[in-house]
Amino acid sequence: MARKNPAPTFWGYRRKNGRVGVRNHVIVLPLDDLSNAACEAVANNIKGVMALPHAYGRLQFGADLDLFFRTLIGTGGNPNVAACVVIGIEPGWTKRVVDGIAKTGKPVEGFAIERNGDINTIAAASRKAKEFLQWASEQNRVECPATDLWVSVKCGESDTTSGLASNPTVGNFIDKMDAVGATTCFGETSEITGAEKVCASRGATKSVGQKFFKTWKAYMDEVIEPHKTNDLSESQPTKGNIEGGLTTIEEKAYGNLEKIGRNARYIDVLGPAETPSKGRGLYFMDTSSAAAECVTLQAAAGFVVHLFPTGQGNVIGNPIEPVIKLTANPRTARTMSEHIDLDVSGILRRELTLDKAGDQLIDVTLRTCNGRLTAAEALGHREFVLTKLYRSA
Amino acid sequence: MAAPHFLVHNPTDTVGVVVVEDVKAGRALNGWMMETDKTIKLKALDPVPLGHKIALQDIKKGETIMKYGHDIGRAVAKIGKGRHVHVHNVKTKRW
Repeated sequence: MARKNPAPTFWGYRRKNGRVGVRNHVIVLPLDDLSNAACEAVANNIKGVMALPHAYGRLQFGADLDLFFRTLIGTGGNPNVAACVVIGIEPGWTKRVVDGIAKTGKPVEGFAIERNGDINTIAAASRKAKEFLQWASEQNRVECPATDLWVSVKCGESDTTSGLASNPTVGNFIDKMDAVGATTCFGETSEITGAEKVCASRGATKSVGQKFFKTWKAYMDEVIEPHKTNDLSESQPTKGNIEGGLTTIEEKAYGNLEKIGRNARYIDVLGPAETPSKGRGLYFMDTSSAAAECVTLQAAAGFVVHLFPTGQGNVIGNPIEPVIKLTANPRTARTMSEHIDLDVSGILRRELTLDKAGDQLIDVTLRTCNGRLTAAEALGHREFVLTKLYRSA
Repeated sequence: MAAPHFLVHNPTDTVGVVVVEDVKAGRALNGWMMETDKTIKLKALDPVPLGHKIALQDIKKGETIMKYGHDIGRAVAKIGKGRHVHVHNVKTKRW
């Protein structure tokens, strides 16, 4: 059903810091790889809380450590999280994460394993997780304006149908939702390569465009140049992209940029997992183009719902943000239908206009925000992948 | 017009994208130019899979390939009108 109301609303959870969530998760967050087992045990004891195991948190330093803390604190602080239990091997860094999340005003408590062992830690953390879960279950949704909605976008396993129809559908969404005051975010620094000048021209001001270009150039100079072997072929475009008909990184980049529509201009360039601070509008974030890394960073920045156009059929989900998947590839829509929330392949057959497809995407997004589970949520996709800048000490 | 067999983003493009699953060599195709809403006719000279590109004109070796109205790479072999365009005959200019 097409959206008729020019100023859409949705039903979300308004948190103490004023931000609005569309999910009501209670999470059990490990500080480090060593604490994954205890977190998973707590999630096994208390039905309805979610552990977020990950691979890092030991001997990181400098900018890489800053990003690690920003990502963990941002994940716990996301308004889709009602309350959070943190478990770490030792109390110091555990407290740092707890204190960071506590600034949002939500219930959070930390537990350290050293001098307690796993079993006592699991028992104490399970009691707290149960208390948080029961408290969270009494939070109610309230009607919220579109200005409270934070939406991130990123495409994956793209093919030429992404650039023809599914990415432009997201672009149509961005143009319409930008106009009603939503906050939106795109990223994928490496994937803009080939269209970097066009992307720089989409900044709201010349200086924001220059900030993007500097970010892109730094990535090329610091990451690609020292580490590339001959070129990026086989990684950008990926094997899946090539199978789907994408030939060069330029072709992929122009298709990718279709996601930001025609009219919207980005108002700032964010570091990875950095929370927007310039008010409502479109933001670019410096991220990897690997799907799970990018969405994890966007969720840590506070985005609450994600739009994911796919061509060949990327199956990603995220534990914090519901990931809405759309495709314009008729074969993907047919053979992988259980992963697809919105089929816009009608655009390719001239049965569906871009304007109507954009309205359909707004409709399925608002329904998702109101509580409808995405395909990825129903299938249990919870890819939580931290971005690492360099190897640990 | 019935559902098109291939789509073209921009009038300056030298390639179109096949959007059906059964394009075989010799098939007469209908194309839709999205920006101008025009219809184009073209005969496929190769089988072209769904999502893959087809040459809208003869392209010389070394010539720029245009899509989205932008330069997306160069031909590394001669490409005839109606031929399959992909990694075997097009490369980025970047690397």
